[in-house]
Amino acid sequence: MIAYIIRRALYAIPILLGVNILTFVLFFVVNSPDDMARMHLGMKRVTPEAIETWKAERGYDKPLLFNESSQGVDQFTDTIFFQKSLKLFQFDFGSSDSDRDIGYDISQRMWPSLAIAIPVLIVGLMVNITYALLIAFFRATYIDIWSVVLCVVMMSISGLFYIIGGQYLVSKLLHLVPISGYDTGFSAVKFLILPVLIGVVGGIGAGTRWYRTLFLEEINRDYVRTARAKGLSEVVVLFRHVLKNAMIPILTGVVVVLPLLFMGSLITESFFGIPGLGSYTIDAISRQDFAIVRAMVFLGSVLYILGLLLTDISYTLVDPRVRLS
Amino acid sequence: MRNLWQQAVNRTDWKRAGRARLVLGLALILLLGGCGERAWNAPYPSSESKANTLYSSFDERPKHLDPARSYAANEYAFIAQIYEPPLQYHFLKRPYELVPLAATQVPVPRFLDKAGNPLPEDAPADEVAFSEYEIVLKTGSRYQPHPALATRADGSFYYHQLPTEFIEKINTLADFPETGTREVTADDYIYQIKRIANPKLHSPIASIMSEYIVGFSEFSKTLAAATSGESQDKVGANGFVDLRQYHMEGVTPLDRHRFKIRLRGKYPQFVYWLAMTFFAPMPWEADQFYSQPGLDKRNISLNWYPIGSGPFMLTENNPNLRMVLSRNPNFRGETYPDEGEAGDLEKGMLVDAGKPLPLIDKAIYSLEKEVIPRWNKFLQGYYDTSGVSSDSFDQAVKFGSGGEANLTDEMLERNMKLATAVETSIFYLGFNMADPVIGGESEENRSLRQAISIAVNFEEFISIFRNGRGVVAQGPLPIGIFGSRDGLDGINPIVFDIENGKPKRKSLEKARALMVKAGYPNGTSAKTGKPLVLNYESASAGPDSKAQLNWMRKQFKQLGIQLVIRATDYNRFQEKLRKGTGQLFMFGWNADYPDPENFLFLLYGPNGKVEHAGENAVNYDNPEFNALFDQMKNMDNSPERQKIIDQMVDILRKDAPWIWGFYPKAFSLYHDWYKNVKPNLMANNTLKYKRVEPDMRNQRQQSWNPPIVWPLVLLFVLLIATAVPAVIVYRRHERSAAR
Repeated sequence: MIAYIIRRALYAIPILLGVNILTFVLFFVVNSPDDMARMHLGMKRVTPEAIETWKAERGYDKPLLFNESSQGVDQFTDTIFFQKSLKLFQFDFGSSDSDRDIGYDISQRMWPSLAIAIPVLIVGLMVNITYALLIAFFRATYIDIWSVVLCVVMMSISGLFYIIGGQYLVSKLLHLVPISGYDTGFSAVKFLILPVLIGVVGGIGAGTRWYRTLFLEEINRDYVRTARAKGLSEVVVLFRHVLKNAMIPILTGVVVVLPLLFMGSLITESFFGIPGLGSYTIDAISRQDFAIVRAMVFLGSVLYILGLLLTDISYTLVDPRVRLS
Repeated sequence: MRNLWQQAVNRTDWKRAGRARLVLGLALILLLGGCGERAWNAPYPSSESKANTLYSSFDERPKHLDPARSYAANEYAFIAQIYEPPLQYHFLKRPYELVPLAATQVPVPRFLDKAGNPLPEDAPADEVAFSEYEIVLKTGSRYQPHPALATRADGSFYYHQLPTEFIEKINTLADFPETGTREVTADDYIYQIKRIANPKLHSPIASIMSEYIVGFSEFSKTLAAATSGESQDKVGANGFVDLRQYHMEGVTPLDRHRFKIRLRGKYPQFVYWLAMTFFAPMPWEADQFYSQPGLDKRNISLNWYPIGSGPFMLTENNPNLRMVLSRNPNFRGETYPDEGEAGDLEKGMLVDAGKPLPLIDKAIYSLEKEVIPRWNKFLQGYYDTSGVSSDSFDQAVKFGSGGEANLTDEMLERNMKLATAVETSIFYLGFNMADPVIGGESEENRSLRQAISIAVNFEEFISIFRNGRGVVAQGPLPIGIFGSRDGLDGINPIVFDIENGKPKRKSLEKARALMVKAGYPNGTSAKTGKPLVLNYESASAGPDSKAQLNWMRKQFKQLGIQLVIRATDYNRFQEKLRKGTGQLFMFGWNADYPDPENFLFLLYGPNGKVEHAGENAVNYDNPEFNALFDQMKNMDNSPERQKIIDQMVDILRKDAPWIWGFYPKAFSLYHDWYKNVKPNLMANNTLKYKRVEPDMRNQRQQSWNPPIVWPLVLLFVLLIATAVPAVIVYRRHERSAAR
C-alpha cells in the first residue's frame, strides 16, 4: 500500500505542474503584469513609474516563461512562472498582491468553509440515503414515480434559486434565522442553519436519485433474497445488507469530495456573507490577484488528487476483494 | 438473568430519558433564544440590543488602511474616522467649506519670490516662486491606545523587539496585553509626509506632491538609493527604515505643535489635500513596531491596523466579515457644529449643537457582498442606512408629478427617510480627439461631435438605466462646484434651446443639419458615399449591459451613423484609452476636492493620456483652453475666476470633446432612529456626527420581525401525515406472507 501511495504521489507532480502552467497561461492571457499593477495601485493618478516600481518589487518585471536575456538555466528560472508558481510545490504560498500572507489567510478562512460543508455533507448524506432507501422499498409504486419526478424537478432548479428562495422564505417571511452573516464559536450556529438547510435541500434531487439507482441495482441480488428468506425485516435488509453492498459507489462520490470541502462554496459563501475560502477565490479573481488565484488552484488540485487517493484506499476498507498494487 | 435484563432495560430507559432531555434542552435553548430581547433573525447578540451602536455594511474588502496609500471611498469609510488630518469640511455648510480639524486654523499661504522675499497676497502667480503653509496644531491630541506606544517605567518600548515565539502566539493587535499612547506632535505630520514620498509605499499622490512640495522628489530618490540593493546602510536590523534620519527640504518643524510646508509656485488647491488622510499624523513608533519580521506573516501591518488620534479606533479588523470602530478613549474632544446652512435648524440638524463628539460608542460594518441580503436586512431594521440599488428602486422610491423623488407607501409605513444629493462626479461620453474621423479641430469634425451630442439623449438614459438618479450635465463642472452655473444661465446652448423658460434638447433636424455641415448627410460620407461607421468601446459585454449598448446604437442610428460596439474587458478598455486607439467611450470622474481645477484638468492638453499618461482620456488639446486653465488654476474663487471658467466652458461646449453625460444623484435610505443625516460628498469623517436611538430601533426590530412558527408545525404535521400511510404499508408488507 505504501508503495502505491508513493507512486500516486509521484504521478501527482506532472499533473500539478500541468495545472500550474495552465493556470499561469490562462491568467496572463487575460491580465498583463501592467494590468495587475494598475488594479492594485488604483484608477486615479497612476504613473508609469509607479507601475514599473510595483512590478519590480513583486518580480512581475521578468518575462513570463522564457528569459531570452539570461543564460543557461536562468533562462527558465529567471521568469515569473518559475519564481512565482514553482514555490507552491513547497506549499509556500507567499503574499498576496495586497501584501497579506496567503497561508495565514487560508488557515483562517478554511474553518467557516468547513462549518458549512461538513454539516451539509453529513446531513445531506443521511437524508439522501434514507430517502433513497425509502423509494427503493416502495419501488414501482406511485411513491417511487412521484419521488423520482420530485427529484428531477429539484435537481433542475438552480442553486441560486434555493439560496434566494430560502432567504426569502425562512428569514424574510418567517423571521426564523438571520438572512446572512457569520460569527465565531457557538454564535455561528444561528448563521449556519439556513445555508446548511439550503445546501441539504438543494442536494436532495441529484443525491437521492443517484442512490436510488444504486440501491435498486442491489435490491434484486441473490443475497437480498436470501436475507429476506431468513426472515429479516425489510429495514434490516435495506440498512444492513443493501446499504453495505452499495457502499463502494457511495464512497467514490463522498471520499473524493472530502478534501475539497476545505475549498468552500463560491455562491453560498458570497450570499450568506461567510468568510470562507470560496469567497476568497472569487475576490481574488475579481481583484486580479494572481498570487491568491494560483495558490487556490494549486491547493484545489492537490486536494482533488488527495481525494482520489483516499477513494482508492477506502475501497480496500469496504471491499476486501480490492487490493491496491 | 433477570438482573441483567433489568439492567439492560434501565440502561435503555436512561438512554431514552437522556435523548428526551437533550431534545428538551435544545428546544429550551431555542425558546430562550427566541424570548430574548432580540428577534430570532437578528444577526447581532441580544446583549447589544440597546447599545449605542450604529450598524451598517460594506460590500468590498478594503485594499489599504494605510493613510499614505488609501485612495478609495470604501477605505475612507474606515480610516477617515480614525486619522485626523489638519483640516476637514464643515459638516453642514454649503458650498463646501474647509474648517480646522487637528489644526487651529485653515492655513493661509505666504508667497515668496525666488530670492525668498515675501510677496503680497495678491501677487501674480508667475511671480510666486514658493508658497509656505504654516500649520499650527491643537495641543493635547493623543493617539488611540496601541501596543506600538506601550512603554515600561524606564521609557523603553514593550513591543519593539518581539521574540519569534511571542509573535507566533499573536493573531490580532488585541492579543498584545499592553497598550500606550502619547501626544500627537508636528514631527508625526512630517513623518507622514515623508511616508508619502517613500517609493516603497506607492502613495497615489506621490507624483502630484513631487510637483509641488520642495525637496519631495529628492527625498524619494535619496530614500530609494539608501534602502535598495547593496546600500541598505540605514535600514535597521528588523527592516525598519527610520524616516526621521532623512531630510525633506520643504517640510520643516517649527516647534512641538507647528510645522511649515514649502511648495513650488502657487497651488491654492493644496489646502484641500490637507483635509485628506494622506496628511494625517503617523508616529514613527508605529512604523518601527510593524516593521518587525514575523508580524507581516500574521497580517499585522500598518496597512491593516491603523493607529490614529481621531474619534474612533478599529477594534475589530476582519475585512472578510466585520469591521468594528469603537470610541477612542484618548480622543481630544470636538463638539457638534452649532451653525449650518439655511434650513438646517428647521430640519433638526442642529439638535445636537455643542454636544461632544462622537455621538455613538461603536459602529459595526458587516461585509455584505450581495444586494438582496443587504436590502432585506435593512428592511428588517438590522442596518441603519442603505443605498438604493436598481433591483429595489421601485420598491423604495416613486416619482411625483413634478419629477421629485418620494418614498413609496411601504417605506413610509416604516417611517423611513430618503436623502438625495447630486454627486460631485460626472459620467461622460468621450470622443477621442486624436482620432482622424471624430477628433481634431476641423469645423466638419466639430459639427459631427455637436450633432452626436444632440442626438444622444441623456435624459432618456437617466430615466431608463438609472431610475432617474442623475442630472443631465451641461458642462464639465458638477452642480455645487465653483464655476458651475445654476438655472438657465448654465444651459449648454449647443445642445439645448430654452422654450417657455425651460431647457429643451435641440431637435434631430438641427442635428441632421450639422451632419450635413460635417460632410455626412444622413450619415453617409458626401465624399466617398460610404456610411459613417463609428466604434464604441465598452468595458462591459454581459447581458446586463446589452440593453444600454443597444440603446446607444439606436441613438446614433437616428443620424444614420452605424455604431459598432467593441466590447472588451476593463483592462483592454484601459489599454485602448492609453494608446488612443478607441473612438468613443463612456468614462467618469469623481472629485478629489471641490475645485473647478479638479474637473477642468481632465481636458487640459498637457494632461493628455496618450502623450503624457495623464487623466485627459480624450486627448483634447486646445491652446486657448490650456492658457485659460493655466491662468485659472492658481486663482482664488472670485468673479474674475468665474469669468475665465465661463470662457473655458464655452470653448469646451463648442468643441464638444465630451458629450456632457450626467452628474449622478446619490439616493440613500435611513431609518428614523438614525439622526443627523445630511449628505456631504466631500467629507469622509462624518461618522462622529451620527446619532442613533437604540431603544426605538430595538422596538421596531422586534415588531417587524416576529418569528412565525406555524408553517414549521404544519410541515411537521404534513410529514407525519404522509409517513402514516407509508408505515401502514410497511407493516402490511412485513406481515404479509412471502410470494
